[in-house]
Amino acid sequence: MTARSSLSRRRFLAQSLGLGCSLAASPLVTPLTFASAPWDHRLVVIILRGGLDGLDAVRPYGAPEFAEYRAPFLQPGEVPGELDLDGYFALGPGLAPLMPLWRAGELGFIHAVSTPYRNKRSHFDGQDILEAGTGSTGVESVRDGWLNRMLQAVPGVEAETAYVIGRGTMLLARGAAPVADWSPDASLSLSPQAERLIEMVMHDDPLFRDATTEALSLSGLAFADGMEEDDPLDTGEMMEAMQANMMAARGKDNTAEIARFAAERLRGDTRIATYSLNGFDTHFRQERTIGKALGTLAENILALREGLGPVWQKTSVVAMTEFGRTARANGTKGTDHGTGGAMLLAGGAVRGGRVIAEWPGLSEADLYERRDLMPTRDLRAHTGWLLRTLFGLERGVIETKIFPGLDLGADPGLLL
Amino acid sequence: MGFDAELAAIRFGTGLSPRIAAPRSAEEMLSSLTGPDKAANAFPIPSFASQTAAFNEMRELRKYYRQNQTDADAKKAVRRAYRELRQQGAHATAQVLRRRAQTEDGFRERLTAFWADHFTAVAPDKRLRPAQTHYVEEAIRPHVAGNFSEMLRAATTHPMMLLFLNQNASMGENSRAAKNRKGKQGLNENLARELLELHTLGVGANYTQTDVRQLAELLTGLSFDRDFIFMFKMNFTEPGAETVLSRSYGGGTPRIEDIHAALDDLARHPATARHIAGKLAMHFTGDTPDPGLVSAMEAAYLRSDGHLPDVYATLLDHPAAWSPELTNVKQPIDFMGSTLRALDISAKYVPSGNLKKMREFFLLPLELMGQNWATQLGPDGWPEEDDIWITPQRLAARMQWAMITPFRILGALPDPREFVEVALGRYANETVRFAARAAETRPEGVGIVLASPAFQRM
Repeated sequence: MTARSSLSRRRFLAQSLGLGCSLAASPLVTPLTFASAPWDHRLVVIILRGGLDGLDAVRPYGAPEFAEYRAPFLQPGEVPGELDLDGYFALGPGLAPLMPLWRAGELGFIHAVSTPYRNKRSHFDGQDILEAGTGSTGVESVRDGWLNRMLQAVPGVEAETAYVIGRGTMLLARGAAPVADWSPDASLSLSPQAERLIEMVMHDDPLFRDATTEALSLSGLAFADGMEEDDPLDTGEMMEAMQANMMAARGKDNTAEIARFAAERLRGDTRIATYSLNGFDTHFRQERTIGKALGTLAENILALREGLGPVWQKTSVVAMTEFGRTARANGTKGTDHGTGGAMLLAGGAVRGGRVIAEWPGLSEADLYERRDLMPTRDLRAHTGWLLRTLFGLERGVIETKIFPGLDLGADPGLLL
Repeated sequence: MGFDAELAAIRFGTGLSPRIAAPRSAEEMLSSLTGPDKAANAFPIPSFASQTAAFNEMRELRKYYRQNQTDADAKKAVRRAYRELRQQGAHATAQVLRRRAQTEDGFRERLTAFWADHFTAVAPDKRLRPAQTHYVEEAIRPHVAGNFSEMLRAATTHPMMLLFLNQNASMGENSRAAKNRKGKQGLNENLARELLELHTLGVGANYTQTDVRQLAELLTGLSFDRDFIFMFKMNFTEPGAETVLSRSYGGGTPRIEDIHAALDDLARHPATARHIAGKLAMHFTGDTPDPGLVSAMEAAYLRSDGHLPDVYATLLDHPAAWSPELTNVKQPIDFMGSTLRALDISAKYVPSGNLKKMREFFLLPLELMGQNWATQLGPDGWPEEDDIWITPQRLAARMQWAMITPFRILGALPDPREFVEVALGRYANETVRFAARAAETRPEGVGIVLASPAFQRM
């Protein structure tokens, strides 16, 4: 077993078990060796869960009402426009590490946007609509995500083309197109015999079988330090390796680890990576909670840039959230669920240095239901243009298949 | 299709045991449930107050240390206090696992987990997170065989929930407290929204932003004191009546009874009956429950005015609950609990006093399987969908745990050829039997049985 790659060993085992037919045809097995992507551009989609306060991340300090609405958050002596972007908007302090990217034209924002979701302001419906890419909930037939439907619209997509990363799962990428799903802290080291038997007991249950096949083929990526991938393990070694893997997972909770893993995949055959970040639901003492969450986002963007190296120039990162928050602070130095919010764009491929917005203003009459930032454009239109420009998708495909019912409208010119 | 003992233990209990008999009838399950809580008596979980007392003590020590950073003893004291909190949390989790391994009333454990999830409350401060188990013990568990309105009241007014959804800091815009603060503090909608959306009516029901706002005003005053003991703070209350779903509450001197009245009406609401029937049916029978089952449970809920044992009786009486095919997937805590039960692991092997081992055996693996204990990502709790739990990375964590942890806990394992029959009962099939026989070692054989879909499903 010395010269063979672990993957080919697994393929050999699978075939020798007589499972070969279905397994070898499975797109989940092949990509690590044979993936070929239809494009060269890279796309990273980050879902910000909890409802990012766009007005705090990208502060319209030029609006006369802003300082008044947000007075409860401002520290004594704090100037809201300190991290000025363009004379009207300023960066929230949590995003300060991204200032050099802004200056380099590698960071931009889209403001006053939202999904078509209105009025109930539920995180869970909001996230479902954001990830399903549909106009509403209750469309029972739509159980897949827009990113997956995009992959379905393109010939030649393989599992490795798109990666969902992290311990969770995402509706965004769920659906018929093959997508790889892995976490940098996951691992599986089995003895050859255990591996063969595991594949056997999983075989008749598609949910377990597919997950096992993918776990076995992907686990080589995160193999325990100091171990050769190709060494067959005996039981003692297997237990040791698993123990080591499990303990190594401690402290890997830090999300930049996910960005580094994504960058590594994107330098290879992967073209699209997606994951989510939590912690944006800032009802209480916002200046503390949002600073941390935005700091994590900034850290992620920087880790992607560092990890991608020259590939950064071909990369677009987009971060979006289920809804914005109330324009005014609530009674507990936070904000409640709102409507319009902001998206972040980063990467060497984006035309940054701009806050793109059909800006509605912040006077009470300008607000949605006199409380939330008014969304002036569907965030799916921007996302749709991104897909159209990056991957050459037809307008009709975007407006009917990927984002059903969307009017793409005019090209916002997001990319270079 | 009707009652089936093995299926009852697997689907509605905490799994099969080589020693403890499966329930003999639905009536027996229900009478155990409404009888004394033996598992809680055998494996007690200390009070919520014991956790908050330790938490407050830690805060005092930390405050002192922050002002005296050169004091090495003060630093040590803070570290000890952190450890003590983690230790108390690990102990409570160990008790949860022990109950699952040893109980004769598995339905109660499963219902407690279901309702704990329905009323998910996560402490914002990670040092206080382990207190979730203690909150469940006093706000949820005593009410799982009672009326829903009692549980709703206990959960909604519990300091853990008030803290999680920021209710303790919410004050009416026209309250005395807000006026004293010159309007710098006021209302927070968080609990009001989740109360309607998650705890009672469900997001599909017919309520508006105005209802959320009015309910938030009505809930003002629900708070707690420095010792995390519930307190109705009059000076936080919004004066005047509030209208929620076209009904008016209060208007006189604010009283907690006005809030109770609104909670009772919400508990009684037909949308709540539908929401709860659907959730229960999904939790116990699979991601797409039989519509007839849901309707029958909804009717039982309405007929009994939210008396939960009636709703459970309807569930256990319905043919759809007994479809022999195992279609649901165990959550990680179910998987671990049923493993301990199948191996008949006694209390002393769950190392509740050894934080390091608790972390290695249970807490870290739970995290890797996607169920980081007491750390749900939002108030909607853990997901139900099977494909969210069985992803490559999460299944890898289950397999990994199955192969190594039972052996590390016990040091000796049963013969896999016998274990396959004990753990799976009549769900043992030829493939799993073959694999158990063909494994090179006992840990692998036992691990393969535990990892198999026949054990992972319920």
